[in-house]
Amino acid sequence: MIRRRDAWLRFAIKPLVFGLCLAPFLWLVWGVFYDGLGPNPVEAITHRTGDWTLRLLLVTLAVTPLRRLSGWYLPLRLRRMLGLFAFFYAVLHFLTWIWLDQGFQWSAAVADVVKRPYITLGFSALLMLVPLAVTSTRGWMRRLGVNWKRLHRLIYVIAGAGVVHYLWLVKADYLEPALYGLALGVLLAARLRRPWFLTRPSAAARAVQRPRVTP
Amino acid sequence: MPVLIKKPDSIPSSEITDRKVWESRRRFMREAAVLGIGAGLAALAPPASALLTGPGRNPRIPNVVESPLSTGETPTEYDDITTYNNFYELGTGKSDPAANAGSLKTRPWEIRVEGECERPGTIGIEEILRAFTQEERVYRLRCVEAWAMVIPWVGFPLGDLLKRFKPTSKAKYVAFETLQDPKQLPGQERRVLDWPYREGLRMDEAMHPLTILATGLYDELLPGQDGAPIRLVVPWKYGFKSIKSIVSIRFTETQPVTTWSDLAPREYGFYANVNPKVDHPRWSQKYQRMIGASIFASRRPTLMFNGYADQVADLYRGMDLRKFF
Repeated sequence: MIRRRDAWLRFAIKPLVFGLCLAPFLWLVWGVFYDGLGPNPVEAITHRTGDWTLRLLLVTLAVTPLRRLSGWYLPLRLRRMLGLFAFFYAVLHFLTWIWLDQGFQWSAAVADVVKRPYITLGFSALLMLVPLAVTSTRGWMRRLGVNWKRLHRLIYVIAGAGVVHYLWLVKADYLEPALYGLALGVLLAARLRRPWFLTRPSAAARAVQRPRVTP
Repeated sequence: MPVLIKKPDSIPSSEITDRKVWESRRRFMREAAVLGIGAGLAALAPPASALLTGPGRNPRIPNVVESPLSTGETPTEYDDITTYNNFYELGTGKSDPAANAGSLKTRPWEIRVEGECERPGTIGIEEILRAFTQEERVYRLRCVEAWAMVIPWVGFPLGDLLKRFKPTSKAKYVAFETLQDPKQLPGQERRVLDWPYREGLRMDEAMHPLTILATGLYDELLPGQDGAPIRLVVPWKYGFKSIKSIVSIRFTETQPVTTWSDLAPREYGFYANVNPKVDHPRWSQKYQRMIGASIFASRRPTLMFNGYADQVADLYRGMDLRKFF
């Protein structure tokens, strides 16, 4: 049984999720060659790679609450891939900015990282993702032991920075970054030991409840 | 106010090329260019009067004349100008305005003109198209978001319209308002901005010959997403100053409240002159990305007053442009 489940995971589910995660990238590549990115392709690539970084960060963060709620272990086995894809899109997002947008004008780029808070934040989030990607292997998990989990808690900071990075670059319509923020808030709240929206009154609490007085 | 630019007094009709002639000439030139023989032929061709023609999606504007105030730069494609818009009244995404413009009804349309003037009143769009010679003005457009286009507007000097209503000596500024009607402009159902959109100019800016009211682009009536039926175009200022779908013009004695400046005064000033030396607090204004350029094209340096410094720098002499950004 277990072996069959592993085979499913290895030969069906993982390739499927891999394909799904890669699809936005392939779509972008198609757009570059077939003029499918609209009048401002550089902006389109920047926005889409940014969007997918945030989405995949949130999907990665959804794994733990999903397991807790459903007792389902499958998402946990996909988490590394999801996280690495978030990193992949973050790197593409950065490359788009430094190459297509800034044209490798390093001095201007450095000035922007220093002067523009939203870029400072986005760049910091990218830097924080690097050690997480590097230590995502089984070997590093073993080597770091309990510290691995501590290190990977950085993901909360990174996701928060990502949402604020988006919020700070918007001109007036805060709807989308607010939705990402809301999703992140829910995913973080679901990690609390006893999320308020999942708690049932305990037996003790019920016992204290007074019987309703009926006339 | 010093007149800095010579206006063509009048263009005799004998000098205006018949549409059929220039249309066929342009078509020929385009095809010749495709065949790779454009360079040789261009040298032979006379300095053609060549209005830029659109794809025929909207009615043609008759009797459009060329203007010496046009730039010779290659205009941005019609499809790019009409699918990449900031017009939050029709949605906040760049492609939203084109998708939602169908609900905007541009006929009948009236502009109310009032405030510090002797003859307040209204003027309809048909009257505007009839009474003012429509000129092709190929202008650079620089958005505050650091992208840019070159747009062949059709329009006429704002000053010509303003003079009709006889502004008094108290008229120091001109305030404009966009239509407010969420049924026609569904983006107004959400309070992203403090509707209606408001903009304003100092009187001398409004009377400057470069400042126009545009009724069309590429020889055709404006599509809704570009601010139909009539919008302001001030080519040396960031695009958000060029208010769209205008229903109200008011002469005022004091500086009017303007939408973006009111929303974020640290980021958007009343003047909003294109200035590579004064950054937006959140991004640099030194460079601009040309819409329609190759994905690998580098950004271009942004020019002071969007390249119109010779014509407009005098308006701001002695002013600290860092303070009055």
